[in-house]
Amino acid sequence: MAAASLGLFVLFLAAWQWGPPAMGIPAFIIPPADQVWHEFVRMLGRDQLMYHTSITALQVLLGFVFGMLLGMVVGFVLGMSASAEFVLSPYILALQIAPKVAFAPLFVIWFGYTMTPKILVAVLIVFFPVMINVLGAVRAIDPDIVRLARAFTANRFQLFWKIEFPAALPPFFAGLRIAATLAVIGVVVGELVGGNTGLGYLLSFGEGAGNTAMVFVTIILLTLIGIVLYGAIVLIERRVLHFMPARARAAG
Amino acid sequence: MNALSADVTARTRLEFRDVTKRFASKRGSGITAVQGLNISIRDGEVVSIIGPSGCGKSTLLNMASGLDPASEGDVFVDGVRVERPNAHVAFMLQKDLLLPWRTIRHNVEFGLEILGRPARERRGIAMDLLAKCRLRGFEDHYPHQLSGGMRQRAALARTLAVDPSVLLMDEPFSALDAQTKMVLQQDLGRTLAETGKTALFVTHDLVEAIALSHRVLVMSQRPGTIIEEIVVDIPDISNPMARRTHPHVGPYVARLMELLHIDEADA
Ligand SMILES: Nc1ncnc2c1ncn2[C@@H]1O[C@H](COP(=O)(O)OP(=O)(O)O)[C@@H](O)[C@H]1O
Ligand SMILES: [Mg+2]
Repeated sequence: MAAASLGLFVLFLAAWQWGPPAMGIPAFIIPPADQVWHEFVRMLGRDQLMYHTSITALQVLLGFVFGMLLGMVVGFVLGMSASAEFVLSPYILALQIAPKVAFAPLFVIWFGYTMTPKILVAVLIVFFPVMINVLGAVRAIDPDIVRLARAFTANRFQLFWKIEFPAALPPFFAGLRIAATLAVIGVVVGELVGGNTGLGYLLSFGEGAGNTAMVFVTIILLTLIGIVLYGAIVLIERRVLHFMPARARAAG
Repeated sequence: MNALSADVTARTRLEFRDVTKRFASKRGSGITAVQGLNISIRDGEVVSIIGPSGCGKSTLLNMASGLDPASEGDVFVDGVRVERPNAHVAFMLQKDLLLPWRTIRHNVEFGLEILGRPARERRGIAMDLLAKCRLRGFEDHYPHQLSGGMRQRAALARTLAVDPSVLLMDEPFSALDAQTKMVLQQDLGRTLAETGKTALFVTHDLVEAIALSHRVLVMSQRPGTIIEEIVVDIPDISNPMARRTHPHVGPYVARLMELLHIDEADA
C-alpha cells in the first residue's frame, strides 16, 4: 500500500514536470515542478515565506477555535431551548444562506488591515457547520433517555454533561472536519481583500507580478495548512470517539 | 378490591389512591387516560399489569416514577407522596436506553453517578450486579458489542444499581425474540426473588405476566381502570421457567383472554 502510494506520488511529480511542456503548455500557465520548487526556496529567503505562512496558519487556527466554540455554545443553547430556536431561526437561516466570504470587505472596513477581519471571516464560516450539527444532535436525543436520566433525579447540569454533551460529540466532530477546510477559505479571502501579510497577500502579489510559480507555492502551502488542521481533527476525533464502531466513525 | 387489603402485615411499598390522569387534547375536553385507580403493592411483591394498548399502563408507571404528576389522587412510595423523580423508584423500558459512549460498567453506574456516590462504591455495586446479571467479562464492552438480550440485562443491572424500593418495568422484554425473552424472564424472576425487590411490571404477554408475578391486574380500555385482579396461585416465584409449565397457567390465560376480549378482537 505505502509503496503504491509513493509510486503514484513519483508518477504525479514526473507528469507535472514533463507533461505540460510535452503538450506545449508554457511555463507561465503551468510551471513545472522544479520551477515551483526553486520559487519556494527563493520565497523562503526573499519573501519571508515562513512568516506569512505562520500568520495565515495562526489566523486559521484562531478563527477555527473561536468559530468552533461559538458554534458549539449556540448549538447547545438552541438545542435545549425550543423557544430560542423559534425566535432566532429566521436570522440564523438568513446568515447561513448569505455567502460568508462576502463579509470580508465589510470586516476590513471595520477593523482595517489587521488580523481581525481575517479571523472574523473564518469564525463566521466555521460557525455554521458546527452549530447546525450540534443543534441537530441535541434535537435527535431520544426523549426516553432524558426521561430515564430525570427519573434517576438528574439535574439540568447533569443532563447536559452526561447526556447532551456526549451525544453531540460525533456530529460535532463531523462538523469540525467540514469546518477545518472552510476555515482556510475564510482566512485567504480576508487576506486577498486587504492587508500585506499572509499567504493570501502573497497570492495576490504573485498574481500581480505574473509569477505563476509563486501562486502555485502559496496554493500548495494553503492546502498543507488545511491538511494539517484536518488531520489534527481526525486524530483527536479518533481518541475521543473511540467508543464508536469503526465503520460508523468513518461514515460520520 | 378484597385481596388488596387482605394482608396488612407486610409493608405497602407502592400505592395509588384514587388516581386519575387527564391529558390536554386539541378539542379542549381532554383525554382521560386512567381513572380512579386504587392499587397497593406490598414489599417483595411482583405485580403485572395487562390491558389493551392505549389503556394507560405507561401513564401509570410514569406517575409512579414521578415524571408526570397525577391529575387527581396521590401516589405513594414507602408512604411518601411522589411529587418528583426520586431515588426510591427506578424504571426500565422496552428500549435498553444504554448510553453508547459508556462501557457496560459505566452504564450500570449511571444512576449512582447522578446520585453522587463515590467512584469506588459505584464500581463495587456495578461489578456485583453485572455478575448477578451474568455479564461478567463484559464490563469494558460498549453496548453495540452486546446482543439485545445482554443489553437488556445490563439495563436491568442499571435499574437495580440504585437499590430502588420499587422497580417499574414497561414491557422490558417485548423487543426480544421468544427464547431470549424466556431466559431474561428467568433472570428477572431469580434476581427479584434474591433481592426481595418490589416490582410493577407492564406486559402484553399473558404467560409472562403469570409466570413472573404474584398478582396480575387487568385494565380496561381507556379510560383505564382496574377491572380484575388475579392472584397467581403457583409456587416458586423465583423460577418463572418452571411456573410457565404449571397446570394452572392454562386456566389463568383463558381467564385473561376472556377479560381482554381477545377472542373477539379483530386481529
Ligand atoms: N403526553 C401525552 N399527551 C397526550 N396524551 C397522552 C400522552 N401520553 C399518553 N397519552 C394518551 O393516554 C393514553 C394512554 O397511553 P399509555 O399510557 O401510553 O398507554 P399504554 O402504555 O397502556 O399503551 C393513550 O390514549 C395516549 O394517547
Ligand atoms: Mg405503553
